[in-house]
Amino acid sequence: MATRLPETDVVLLGVGLVGSILGRELTKAGLKVVGLERGEPRYTVPDFQGPAMHDELRYSVRKSLMVDTTKETYTFRNASSETALPIRRIQGFLPGTGLGGSAVHWNGQTWRFHDADFRMRSHANERYGREFLGLEYQFQDWGVTYADLEPYYDRFEYLLGVSGKAGNLGGKKIPGGNVLEEPRSRDYPTPPQKEPYGSALFRKAAEGLGYHPFPQPSSNLSRPYTNPEGQTLQTCMFCGYCERYGCEHFAKSSPQTVILPVLLKDRNFTLRTHCQVQRVNLDSSGKQATGVTYIDAKGQEIEQPAKLVIVGLFALNNVRMLLLSKIGEPYDPASGRGVVGRNYSYQTTSGVNVFFDEKVNINPFMRSGACGTVIADFVSDNFDHAKLGFLGGAYIGEVMSHGRPIEFHPVPPGTPAWGSEWKKAVVRSYNHTSVLNIHGSSITTRANYLDLDPTYRDAWGQPLLRMTFEFPENDVKMSAFCTDRATDIAKAMGGRQVVPSPRKRPYTTTQYQSTHNTGGTVMGEDRSTSVLNRFCQSWDVPNVFVIGASNFPQNASYNPTDTVGALAYWAADAIVKQYLKSPGPLAT
Amino acid sequence: MNEPARPSRRRFFKAAGAAGVASAVPAAASAQQHAPAHAETYLFFNPAEAAFIEAAVARLIPKDETGPGAMEAGVPAYLDRQLAGAWGTGERLYRSGPWREGTPSQGYQLPFTPQELFRNAIRALNERHGDFVKLAPQEQDKFLDSLHSSKEDLGGVPASVFFESLLEATIEGFFSDPAHGGNRDMVAWKMIGFPGAYADFYELVDQHGLAYNSAPTSLAEDGRGRIHIHPVAHTGASSSAGGGRAPAKER
Ligand SMILES: Cc1cc2nc3c(=O)[nH]c(=O)nc-3n(C[C@H](O)[C@H](O)[C@H](O)COP(=O)(O)OP(=O)(O)OC[C@H]3O[C@@H](n4cnc5c(N)ncnc54)[C@H](O)[C@@H]3O)c2cc1C
Repeated sequence: MATRLPETDVVLLGVGLVGSILGRELTKAGLKVVGLERGEPRYTVPDFQGPAMHDELRYSVRKSLMVDTTKETYTFRNASSETALPIRRIQGFLPGTGLGGSAVHWNGQTWRFHDADFRMRSHANERYGREFLGLEYQFQDWGVTYADLEPYYDRFEYLLGVSGKAGNLGGKKIPGGNVLEEPRSRDYPTPPQKEPYGSALFRKAAEGLGYHPFPQPSSNLSRPYTNPEGQTLQTCMFCGYCERYGCEHFAKSSPQTVILPVLLKDRNFTLRTHCQVQRVNLDSSGKQATGVTYIDAKGQEIEQPAKLVIVGLFALNNVRMLLLSKIGEPYDPASGRGVVGRNYSYQTTSGVNVFFDEKVNINPFMRSGACGTVIADFVSDNFDHAKLGFLGGAYIGEVMSHGRPIEFHPVPPGTPAWGSEWKKAVVRSYNHTSVLNIHGSSITTRANYLDLDPTYRDAWGQPLLRMTFEFPENDVKMSAFCTDRATDIAKAMGGRQVVPSPRKRPYTTTQYQSTHNTGGTVMGEDRSTSVLNRFCQSWDVPNVFVIGASNFPQNASYNPTDTVGALAYWAADAIVKQYLKSPGPLAT
Repeated sequence: MNEPARPSRRRFFKAAGAAGVASAVPAAASAQQHAPAHAETYLFFNPAEAAFIEAAVARLIPKDETGPGAMEAGVPAYLDRQLAGAWGTGERLYRSGPWREGTPSQGYQLPFTPQELFRNAIRALNERHGDFVKLAPQEQDKFLDSLHSSKEDLGGVPASVFFESLLEATIEGFFSDPAHGGNRDMVAWKMIGFPGAYADFYELVDQHGLAYNSAPTSLAEDGRGRIHIHPVAHTGASSSAGGGRAPAKER
């Protein structure tokens, strides 16, 4: 029998990025908050310190900071006609585990979406007409606009201390920044990071072709910064160990560096680590959550009653938690009915390698996680799609984040996979290759979705989440078009060989592409096509709020976390200013 | 599953010879050419397995005019430690059935841990192709090439899967920190110009095209209590050959 603990005001499921922000906002509002985290407690000192942190084998290859897939994983298939099988070794995307979540080992590329992304259906209808894409595409509006979220983007970016250069300050265009971005109310908290060599070559080439290059907004800081929580971050050293690593320098914004030290000191906050949440419990009406059940480190089942439940478990896990808790109707691709698990999408990435002569030293190891130069000329709806037959786009940039040799040892096509010829090609190419990144949007379709697997279970006996995903035709076209544009720039960078690899089917889980899994607990204004209302509140169980990239109705060209952070502050604001005054649905 | 096959006594001695006692095998044995100065102490591999691994990695990443190969870099020791440890026994590997053959997009779906995979496959190879270690290098290359695309069942492991696993692990051992047993003396890093665990390029990142030629740093090496936190100038601090952090600017 489960041990029943005294009731708390709020229980947080997961203490990663979302959990840390909601914990802080709700304790500040005077509520008693319990944070339940499945992984370890861990801190910059001693857990992320060098030189031990700079171990490529341990962190990049063996994935020490990621979900322990001996206990839980996901099952995968490309189509409903196949049998899903467990991802036995996680490779394609890397959800984190432990205090701070994936935001400990993210890269820090920090991007705002466009208004056209938030109003994708209305915007496309207005500009291209209703019939532009086929009926299988289920993209839709978010129920919030860019203008709604701007103050919350601003708050989140000032929490992180993001380094960048504004290109649009309240409508005023500023050359050298992203002139194609939506208006921002003020400049970035800190100036851009230094520009590495390959990025500078990209900038010159892109300028020459008439594009608008600018420095990528980075949460690896260009100089020391003290945020509104009183936390001081340091200057990023370009160590080349960022994505998949914790930062020893206090230079990467993460829950550990920007907010946890304050939250953990708050008497209203209780952190419990090594607690695996099993489900949200509902009362007999099924319309009110009573708390959660979890298994603690000793294997004991514990019930934690709570008035308010915040789900912040990372996108895929949010979807699974709602399905396990029977909150909302599961999506059925055959009938098109149901909402939980509907509109799963991803990120359509590709690359172009530029091989230079041996006299050009690219020094790929002198890098930060989010340094580099990009163009937004082919992002979202910044370009005319009328004759292209697809929607969406990509940012293109030279944003290499490392030169760690197990992962990075490019060779020209035609090189044997091993032996002396391979070895010579590695030596010839290693320090003389630059990689362009094409980071593209992902549209939602009727066929791509998430549900519970009928066969495979986790270590606690619960069904795994089953992913059914293939790159939609729209995105394959988008990737071909944007990779071509990147190839034009690459050719102008002065290399001796340019090798593009546009994204092709099938989607495979064996190659890392990004941990930008989105959708499944979509927000919106129509409850027949969304799980959450525009305040990230469950339509069905109003004392449950769900926050994460699972709320995205489809994915935009940019990385998700700036928008996840903005949604966290947006939802926290709605809870504090509206919900607490009169607990109940915030939208009808 | 297959009966575990024991190497015959004869094969055992031959293999042991190839692994270390160089004089016990004919001069043509290629493993001998790559044999380390003293025999490796293996925790996981038995002598027959060690002989196969040593011969194979010496061909996958050979010693040549670009520098030392996998054998000189200690890759067999790396593989041995990895297989003997957590990775070998299935660290972060989801191991519940049912087991089915998947599509390539679904990734690894065999029931074997790395220990089982390597052991089963090498046992079958040594049973059926035991002369591999004695072949001339070009013949060994041909055989490895054939494994790469072969569907042959090696104790339950498709030959191509074994080959891919071995190649991947060999590259890991070659390029990972020497603390893990391979990349001895950081030979692989020196060959490509990777600085290793070194952590601070703030002053250098905007010196575009710089020829960075300082010696790399290993996890094992940093006993100096160096903490790389503040962007203090390295330039001019030390320009002595080798260890200095003030690389010459080339262009
Ligand atoms: C390698 C990598 C690089 C990335 N780089 C970028 C980037 O450059 N830019 C960008 O925008 N985004 C990036 N991301 C994505 C970014 O990390 C996420 O968007 C962000 O962390 C999401 O925050 P979250 O709170 O939703 O999830 P997380 O931060 O992952 O937090 C979720 C927490 O829930 C816990 N949890 C899960 N299940 C349970 C359970 N059952 N019980 C209790 N606790 C549980 C987890 O352990 C975790 O701590 C990257 C991600 C990865 C993995």
